[in-house]
Amino acid sequence: MTVGAHLVDGVRRFRDSDVYYSFKRSPVTMVAAVVTAIFLISALFAPWLAPHQPFDPATVELLDAFTPPVWEAGGDPRFLLGTDDQGRDMLSTIMYGARISLGVGFAAVAFAMVIGVSLGLVSGYLGGAIDAVIMRVADIQLSFPAILIALLIDGVARSLLPRDMHGEVAIYVLVFAIGISGWVQYARTVRGSTMVEKNKEYVQAAHVMGIPPMLIMLRHVLPNVMGPVLVIGTIHLAVAIITEATLSFLGVGVPPTSPSLGTLIRVGNDFLFSGEWWITIFPGAALALLVLAVNLLGDWLRDALNPKLR
Amino acid sequence: MRFRNGILAALAATVLAFSQGADAKTFKWAFQGDAQSLDPHGLNETFSLGYLGNVYEGLTAYSANLELIPALAESWETTSPTTWVFKLRQGVKFHNGNDFTADDVIFSWKRTLTEGSDQKVRGALIKSITKVDDHTIRVETPGPIPTLARELVWLYIMDKEWAETNNAVEAESPKEADTSGKFASLNANGTGPFMIVERQPDVKSVFKRFNNYWKDIKSNVDEVIFTPISQDATRVAALLSGELDLAYPIPVQDWDRLTKADGVSPLTGPEARTIFLGMDQDRDELLSSNIKGKNPFKDLRVRQAFAHALNLDAIKEKIMRGAATPSGLMVAPQINGHNPALNQPYAYDPAKSKRLLAEAGYPDGFELTMDCPNNRYVNDERICQAVVGMLAKVGVKVDLLAQPKSKYFAKVLAQNDYDTSFYLLGWTPGSIDSHNVLQNLLVCRNKETKAGQFNLGGYCNPKVDELSSQIGGETDPDKRQELIDAAFQIHKDDVGHLPIHQQPLSWGVRDGVTVAQRADNVLDFRNVVLP
Repeated sequence: MTVGAHLVDGVRRFRDSDVYYSFKRSPVTMVAAVVTAIFLISALFAPWLAPHQPFDPATVELLDAFTPPVWEAGGDPRFLLGTDDQGRDMLSTIMYGARISLGVGFAAVAFAMVIGVSLGLVSGYLGGAIDAVIMRVADIQLSFPAILIALLIDGVARSLLPRDMHGEVAIYVLVFAIGISGWVQYARTVRGSTMVEKNKEYVQAAHVMGIPPMLIMLRHVLPNVMGPVLVIGTIHLAVAIITEATLSFLGVGVPPTSPSLGTLIRVGNDFLFSGEWWITIFPGAALALLVLAVNLLGDWLRDALNPKLR
Repeated sequence: MRFRNGILAALAATVLAFSQGADAKTFKWAFQGDAQSLDPHGLNETFSLGYLGNVYEGLTAYSANLELIPALAESWETTSPTTWVFKLRQGVKFHNGNDFTADDVIFSWKRTLTEGSDQKVRGALIKSITKVDDHTIRVETPGPIPTLARELVWLYIMDKEWAETNNAVEAESPKEADTSGKFASLNANGTGPFMIVERQPDVKSVFKRFNNYWKDIKSNVDEVIFTPISQDATRVAALLSGELDLAYPIPVQDWDRLTKADGVSPLTGPEARTIFLGMDQDRDELLSSNIKGKNPFKDLRVRQAFAHALNLDAIKEKIMRGAATPSGLMVAPQINGHNPALNQPYAYDPAKSKRLLAEAGYPDGFELTMDCPNNRYVNDERICQAVVGMLAKVGVKVDLLAQPKSKYFAKVLAQNDYDTSFYLLGWTPGSIDSHNVLQNLLVCRNKETKAGQFNLGGYCNPKVDELSSQIGGETDPDKRQELIDAAFQIHKDDVGHLPIHQQPLSWGVRDGVTVAQRADNVLDFRNVVLP
């Protein structure tokens, strides 16, 4: 079969699947998917799609500052959603902001997933003392709110690293902090599924054949526990985006030179009282919309993959 | 009947107790940052010194209108151009009960010349102090300094015995206070009308009235609670909700809102502070720039290019909402020596700026970093961002590092070896005289005489130095003005600094609270009267 035939075959299989069936029957999910897709595309291709380059200081004109949205009195057709205090186009800053927010979100989820899934596999498969230690650590961490842990890690990193480096490493610190604060759910879920799978015949058979535990975990157990992990991952993406926005809103997230949606909301907050509402409302609305859409997708995915609800 | 009387008595007692409680008047106010340290010689910054001026005092003081009035010195006279005799006030007590004497003055002066001091420029105005008796001192100056009494407003007097007991005889710069927490940075013992009873840096300070204060003051305040609130919106909201009696600065865009709101009003006026940019003209190579082996700022054309790249009117309109006065001089109109004829800012001309850069050998511009405080001056970070944008248009790529003033000052000041290439700073001459600006900001840096301690960029022209020392000793006002004009003209032709504007004083006050808004933006608790 050629590549094209593979693709056609794959599409057909997807169209015949239960997942696609339930997707087709849920208009809410379809809307959520479209919204998420718009965000993903505009974030991914922001440098080409955005009407302005808001973070190239050479193209920003201070005299354009505080232009209201185009439908308000004094609006300027060049700036659909108005401009901020430095004359940057709001629509463009939101597109670039979503880029950072989504980037940090995806990276944090991937990081948490890798850590959580590996620890969960090890914990569930090996059991005993290792299991006890990992799960107690998880229990302890669960007793703190994730945002607190992220704040703690961020604060420690800031005091350890030299000041000049903050701007450059801020995003990595953020990914690490949010990722670390979210691994527990993955670990617990995977551990549970692993404990079930490990007693099934195929695993026993592999064991009897003398395959090393590492390989059994990766080749045989892992593919069978990934379903729930994807569901958690989707919902965690929404949580990670919100956590990043919260941290940035508090001023400990990404620097204003490459702002995320949370940073934009924080900066705009200063002008809320004085009537320039669009500087904070639009990024806020964008954040709410994005998180809602991702959450709805996550909900749907959970139901669609749950055999009991079919 | 007796029973009823009893009830009445009890009621009366309750009412009395309540009214006494209500009599204890608490004044609550907020600023955008905290005082860096309680050490009066650790940082020469108006806010920190103003805050400490309620706890510590100098020999002289300013009234609400910035008139010079006696404080710890009752009177003074000059017996020769370089000799001053101060009569010290008798019966003044420090907060710990010690008597104030001539020894404390001599000790405090010597302390300003110690390693960690940020008051070396002031300390260096005095050559020697002789104790005549416990309450008389004779001060010798290195040359004639007509403004000495004005400078001494900010040289606060510490208790010698207290400092010696607590191992605080050397001034502690805030940079060190950050980590090691020395005694005088965290404790205070002055002669002022208020004592600090509680202090959590960056969180809260509580002041209590000092009952043995030597002077009758207008204020009826018993307790003062100060909270630094860095977020503009939060500070304004706290004022509007009635949590505060006074807050400043109020963002200029919120003046309208305060006028419309019930129970609060904005209190505004022109501030005597000039905001300016400085450029490192001293190092042979800029810190973190792509130009290696030479310093572009040493070339006059580059400095001119920067001057012509700045659109001060746009900053005034868009960032300050019209509430600023673009400036061409390093001193404000309120300052003695200001000459309106010289106050024309450099013209905004990006084309000329580009041409000058090309002539200087940087047709594609260059890269450098800029240091900026984000909680010290009105809209400081926003001004810096705007400057970055304006310079980008002529090809200069600026990497902005905006930080809270505690970190900013710890980085750029002399105590940290002037770690900056390009910076934003504001200056109010403590003496309300141009000579203070010349001596602190414009003359060549000199480790011996401590001159030019705040000339962070190391601008240096010997002609300005010569004029400055002449101005320091000149007593004829017309002659003096001529010399000041000459010095400012040279500095302007050299583009030694880039003046931006005078910012407005912008306070928000709860109705019924009386305060005096000084042009140096200092809040003196002595003038605070609560309803």
